[in-house]
Amino acid sequence: MRDMTVKTILQHSFRIAWKDLTELFRNRLGLVLLIVMPLFMMVMVGFIYPSNGTINDLKIGVVNEDTGFNDVFAPSQSFLMGLNQINDQTHMLIMSNVSSVADIKDMVQRGQLQGGIVIPSNFSESLMTGQQGTLIIVSDDSNPQISITIQSALRGVFDAMGTALAQQNLNTTNIAVIKPFNVQTQGVVSGNPSYFDFIAPGIMAMTVMMSVMTGLPVAISQEKEIGTMDGMMVAPINRLSILLGKTLAQTARGLIQGVIILALAIGIFGVAIQGSILLVFALLLLGVFSFVGLGIVITSFTKDQETAQMLMMTLMFPMMFLSGVFFPIQQMPWYMQTISKALPLTYASDALRKVMVLGAGIPQIANELIILIVFGIVMIAIALPVFRRMMTR
Amino acid sequence: MDNGNIIEVKNLTKNFGKFAAVDDISFSVKKGEIFGLLGPNGAGKSTTLRMLSTLSRPTRGTATIGGYDTVKHDMEVRKLIGIVSEKMIIYNRLTAKENLSFFGSLFNIPKDTLNKRIDNLLELVQLTKWKNAQVGTFSTGMRQRMNVVRALLNMPQVLFLDEPTLGLDPQSSVEIRDFIKKLNQEQGTTVIITTHMMVDADLLCDRIAIVDHGKIIALDTSTNLKKIISGADTMIVKLEIANLTPDLVASIKALKCADAVTQENSTSLHLIVHGEAAFDNIIDAVREKSGKITSMANLQPSLEDVFLHITGHEVRDNADQKIPMEHNPKFGASPRRVR
Repeated sequence: MRDMTVKTILQHSFRIAWKDLTELFRNRLGLVLLIVMPLFMMVMVGFIYPSNGTINDLKIGVVNEDTGFNDVFAPSQSFLMGLNQINDQTHMLIMSNVSSVADIKDMVQRGQLQGGIVIPSNFSESLMTGQQGTLIIVSDDSNPQISITIQSALRGVFDAMGTALAQQNLNTTNIAVIKPFNVQTQGVVSGNPSYFDFIAPGIMAMTVMMSVMTGLPVAISQEKEIGTMDGMMVAPINRLSILLGKTLAQTARGLIQGVIILALAIGIFGVAIQGSILLVFALLLLGVFSFVGLGIVITSFTKDQETAQMLMMTLMFPMMFLSGVFFPIQQMPWYMQTISKALPLTYASDALRKVMVLGAGIPQIANELIILIVFGIVMIAIALPVFRRMMTR
Repeated sequence: MDNGNIIEVKNLTKNFGKFAAVDDISFSVKKGEIFGLLGPNGAGKSTTLRMLSTLSRPTRGTATIGGYDTVKHDMEVRKLIGIVSEKMIIYNRLTAKENLSFFGSLFNIPKDTLNKRIDNLLELVQLTKWKNAQVGTFSTGMRQRMNVVRALLNMPQVLFLDEPTLGLDPQSSVEIRDFIKKLNQEQGTTVIITTHMMVDADLLCDRIAIVDHGKIIALDTSTNLKKIISGADTMIVKLEIANLTPDLVASIKALKCADAVTQENSTSLHLIVHGEAAFDNIIDAVREKSGKITSMANLQPSLEDVFLHITGHEVRDNADQKIPMEHNPKFGASPRRVR
């Protein structure tokens, strides 16, 4: 076992990775597809803007900053009561009280809220002095679909409530404002995020993670099929070197694709990165780590390339659509959402989206990080014994 | 190792499910020997080779190479061996030199030594000119030469060759055979070769194990194997009949003295017959159907005939064709096991 030091294992795996990448770069058509595939995906999905569906149980934070008018809080209180009454019938919102706008934004970044309603300090004063009372809707711009749904739903409710209030005022007092509520919207981030901002992080996460999950089985089964795997297997090297080398090469390939997507997103689709670019890459690597085990398990169960490809497609499609890469998971029925929550890609793309679009830092994505790390460790713990058995069949 | 055997195989068995691909075989190979495993596809030759080269784990039994167990000391065994498998172990998108550098680097050979060795090996198989060309552009013969020298990078004591001449044109086959012979004579490399090509086995091997249905059914030198036939009152007859009909073939097959009848083309038959009256019986049978004999020759037995004689079926026979367990009862001499 004297040859099996960590150093030699790594040396061998680097050589295998280098060999794989040399082969990759000599495959011209493959290289072109490496660039074209993400471009197609961005363009196609980016321009097919999904329609709004009705959404229930949106998690909304409510901030009441109303300072009242001569210690009378009637307008804001009756507004909230009215809102609760309507919601009891529609179950559209799950409301919780939040202390400040900054907290709403933080909780949106953490994924605890999907939006918020802010009643500004002069709300009662304005209404009682015959002016429009302003209401602010805070929405999660990183998720345009949810954002639009929240905005249109709340605007509808507020308008209805406003009309009712105006009629009531007309009957009781002589001060009546036709449209008592002035509804404003406010995003969590500055600027005007587009659907591309929403899908670019998702596609990046997906491409990089899938490259390991699908690339590894294909790369290994291909070598088994053409017979070259035997050449490595009869060399006095640790089996881990083969696995590690292949993983390194696939990770490099995935990261190259990730960079291409990022460049396309910034250069062509005008996506801006709010958070740290280092954190973006760290997240991509963590995503790869969480998928390696799954890739190895699939590798161990596929004997030939064709099966590997088929299995890959079977797994890839549900993952693509259930992980909220293209469509927000909040739009799905509850059982789909449950499946979605079991997929690591969901957390990777969520975290990446928060960093890229919302400018989140490590504290805001701590949950996702922990889930990805734990998932990765568990999968690798399952995968290594399976792989060992497969290699000595 | 004391007895000069570099390979010792004891009761080696490999089951795939209920099917025994290799069924309790034992043999040993002397250092410096060229040892052949001859048999049809599916006989278990490749599986045996894969077990010996640590690529497959035996279900039962043991094999040692240079004194090292192929399962317990697989890493030590790997240092001693080189394999040339039926599927070529080379990467088409890498150049000749890159291929050899890559595989060499897996053996921890110092860079200078490796580079020198690569140059020598490429020179040896006349590929120096193509050193920096991608292997995908090579002809099949050139690629097989690459494939063979690749297995020699670690200067193995034992070289395993699985069907090394499969799919090669006759000239390339000769080149590969000569190269193996030279390697064996000059370096003293022990060679284990599997083949279903009788020529390969006949021309190369010091000893041949005839393998069928996972078992070794005969093991000896080519000359001694052929003696099985001449010693068994058996003759090989080539018969040319101008107006050969299926009916005629059937009546010859039905003869008691005919052990095996193979139709080679529309006019000629290859027969293995026994008994003093064999020639008369054949001629009578042909006359009866008014066949015209244009020539009748008594041939030297080939390994193919030996195989046919022992197993009752041809080497080219389909492997999945079920052969009755007891050998052809028509045999004058019961199938014997040499050794």
